[in-house]
Amino acid sequence: MIVEFSVNGEQVSAPVTLPGSLLDLLRDGLGLPGSKDACEQGECGSCSVILDGELVCSCLVMAADVAGSSVTTVEGIGSEEALHPVQEAMHQAGAVQCGFCTPGFVVAAADLFERNPHPTQTEIREALAGNICRCTGYGAILRALERVATGSAQ
Amino acid sequence: MTATTKRRTLATDATVGQSPSRPDGIPKLRGEFEFAQDLRAEGMLWAATVRSPHPRARIVSIDIAPALAMGGVHACLTADDVPGRATFGLEHPDQPVLAGDEVRFWGEPVAVVAAEDEVTARLAAGLVEVHYQSLNPLTDPAEANRRDDVFRRLRIRRGDQTVRGTVVVEGRYEVGMQDQAPLGTEAGLAIPDGQGGVDLYATSQFVHVDQEQVVASLGLRPDQVRSHPTGIGGAFGAREDVNLHIHLCMLALHTGRPVKMVYHRSESFAGHVHRHPAWLRYRHEANRDGRLVRVEAEVLLDGGAYASTTSAVLANASYFAVGPYRCDSVAVDGIGARTNNPPCGAMRGFGAVQVCFGYETQMDRLAEALGMDPLDLREVNALRTGDQMPTTGQVIETPLPTVDVIRSLRAMPLPEADPDAHHSSLPGGSGLTTESGQVRRGVGYAFGIKNLGFSEGADDYAQARVRLSGDGAVVETAAIEVGQGLVTVLAQIARSALGISRVEVAHVDTSKIDSAGSTSASRQTQVSGGATLEAATRLRERILSEHEGDDLDEEGVWRGESLVVPWSSLADEGWAETATFRHPPTTRPDENGQGVVHADFAVAGHRAVVDVDVELGLVKVIRVDTAQDVGFALNPASVRGQIEGGILQGVGLAVMEELVMKDGVMLNATFTDYLLPTILDAPEVEALLIERPGSWGPYGAKGVGEPPTISSTPAVVAAIRAASGKELNRVPVRPQDIALP
Repeated sequence: MIVEFSVNGEQVSAPVTLPGSLLDLLRDGLGLPGSKDACEQGECGSCSVILDGELVCSCLVMAADVAGSSVTTVEGIGSEEALHPVQEAMHQAGAVQCGFCTPGFVVAAADLFERNPHPTQTEIREALAGNICRCTGYGAILRALERVATGSAQ
Repeated sequence: MTATTKRRTLATDATVGQSPSRPDGIPKLRGEFEFAQDLRAEGMLWAATVRSPHPRARIVSIDIAPALAMGGVHACLTADDVPGRATFGLEHPDQPVLAGDEVRFWGEPVAVVAAEDEVTARLAAGLVEVHYQSLNPLTDPAEANRRDDVFRRLRIRRGDQTVRGTVVVEGRYEVGMQDQAPLGTEAGLAIPDGQGGVDLYATSQFVHVDQEQVVASLGLRPDQVRSHPTGIGGAFGAREDVNLHIHLCMLALHTGRPVKMVYHRSESFAGHVHRHPAWLRYRHEANRDGRLVRVEAEVLLDGGAYASTTSAVLANASYFAVGPYRCDSVAVDGIGARTNNPPCGAMRGFGAVQVCFGYETQMDRLAEALGMDPLDLREVNALRTGDQMPTTGQVIETPLPTVDVIRSLRAMPLPEADPDAHHSSLPGGSGLTTESGQVRRGVGYAFGIKNLGFSEGADDYAQARVRLSGDGAVVETAAIEVGQGLVTVLAQIARSALGISRVEVAHVDTSKIDSAGSTSASRQTQVSGGATLEAATRLRERILSEHEGDDLDEEGVWRGESLVVPWSSLADEGWAETATFRHPPTTRPDENGQGVVHADFAVAGHRAVVDVDVELGLVKVIRVDTAQDVGFALNPASVRGQIEGGILQGVGLAVMEELVMKDGVMLNATFTDYLLPTILDAPEVEALLIERPGSWGPYGAKGVGEPPTISSTPAVVAAIRAASGKELNRVPVRPQDIALP
């Protein structure tokens, strides 16, 4: 079947095979490999996207179900010219190591700041509890996002 | 360089000792960085692996016809199709590329399939009919030891074996099987070159050793296989061994098409080695003043079905069985058992982790028996530069600031308990199971030591090349960037040594440069860093000498105030310098385990603060503070990143991470069931970097990746003991270990 929806503000029309996931469609069908597959069961958040304003694991969404929806992936965060404040702060804080979880954190954090521009540390931790990072121990990620929250990011 | 040399101030804060941002940071944040999972090639096929559901079975027959009959399937290969050496292995080639007559662990590869797309490949793999005759698996390493079914025994005897102390503490300890769980699973792409050779792009920590194993099993000439560094989603030891590499190259050459394979998470748990589970038996004897006079240890590791790096992990576990303490009468018996459990091998800390849980628990119990402060006991016995290693007798030549580490950690302020703590920082977290009045706080300390670089006589070297380019310099290396920041630090070293600011690091394949060795053993910064420093230093000297200059910068070569060779001309001259760096040689141990076995050492200490709900057995790790011997911090922010990440893996082993095996079958091979620490579990970390340059690493730097993972685990458990009063002789500590009588 053909599914029409919007990705990062662009209308797309893509053939999908059941029971393919939105993640597979983004990565293999639409050439958007920024969303990562690390667990296939919604535990790690590496495939996080924003679907009609809601943060979801794209590995748990059937591609066929996104017809008419609007999806934002990591490729749609920030612009060609400028990084999103979350990306900028994470870069400055050394919050990136291997980088495999990074797109998921960027999407989840951008979603948090969209809803709550000045989260507390506890709110940041709760918002990112669905994203696993194996490299950083989360310290630099927290420092980066606290700077965004207090407006003290560079 | 002459005495008149003056260095212009570099227009950069990206030299050694600074913390420049990673060059690959922005591509990773934008989702543009290419990982092995993201690779594609024109006409590419997808591969899938058929794995054994049995921990041990005879293979009676394999019928590939149903798989081949499926539309879109191009190949199905079994053991009979391996063109060259039937086995592979990092140290001993004992593991079948594909199982032939017998499978020896759950998940062992039996066949591989290539098809037009991933779904077809996986479906076809399910159609391969393997007829097994189940055999009784050997899953108890103690029984394997009794049967003498072992990969290695290591016997260490040092000093007078008749010495006895006045205070004796004995204990038995157990460490569960931990997984590296890198976020990126195993992935790769093999592309046939049309002339019988192949280019491999796959997850790896050591492309040259992958290439050697592919060459052997494919029966090719070395020049026919090129292994290319590619984007790696973490490693932590899981990528030292070959897994999908030979399979991909076999399929690519068989089909004449590029072939890609990506393991799913459950397959990844089956497809890479794990941290060895360990069973430890200790006897410490001390005098009344606290001085250790005798340590006896038995270290039993379960190596699983194939050798992998068990021999070297066992060596580390045995050599570091006493910890960073002086003792002149030591007996250690190390056993690396062979069973039908999954093969175990490298994971961050590599043997030093397991024994640290044992010896640090012993040190706490010895302090208790002596009525002594546990930190005083450690300071009395602290191993120092100039001392002999308690196990091998090797004299420690490089700075070993154990005493500074102990004193610094003791002096760090302790946090007050917060009576208004948010529920998410209570042991039950958002489950709201715990009331703050029920919480007991505990504090625990632990210290650890580990070798840096390869040991026991290994020829441990790394090659790097520095060449000038149109606008700066390029460091070429085959050393793998796994996320730790090598790509940042090699450029910093080259900038400092060359005196120019525009430097980038380029990863090149095995045909273009000699080996950098493995990204493991906390060694790349020291060894590939050493090669980079040597190459860059020599390159600068040669350029200045050739042009009789006294300074070099981005504008070119200077003599006094005159620019004698502008950069454009210099770049055209094609300057390059290649260096191979070797650390000081080590020796094989003698029959008593004695010798100059190690090249360098690092110590670290951790202090954990935990809150425990003793009724429910729930633990919240509040803080883990640390002091770590780093030699010289080439990039302090990266060092801190290694420390925070390593500590959390140690916390994971302390309270949640374990692959649960039952009769040789893995019960929790998913991220739902294998628990990893999340941001809600992450403690606050304060890190003190103890800088005592003097090691052979560049600028006196030591490797920093593994020490954070070694003593963090016993520190957390010591804190839980302090809060709960339980013995806790096993990690990970489970709720029932705390809550049940």
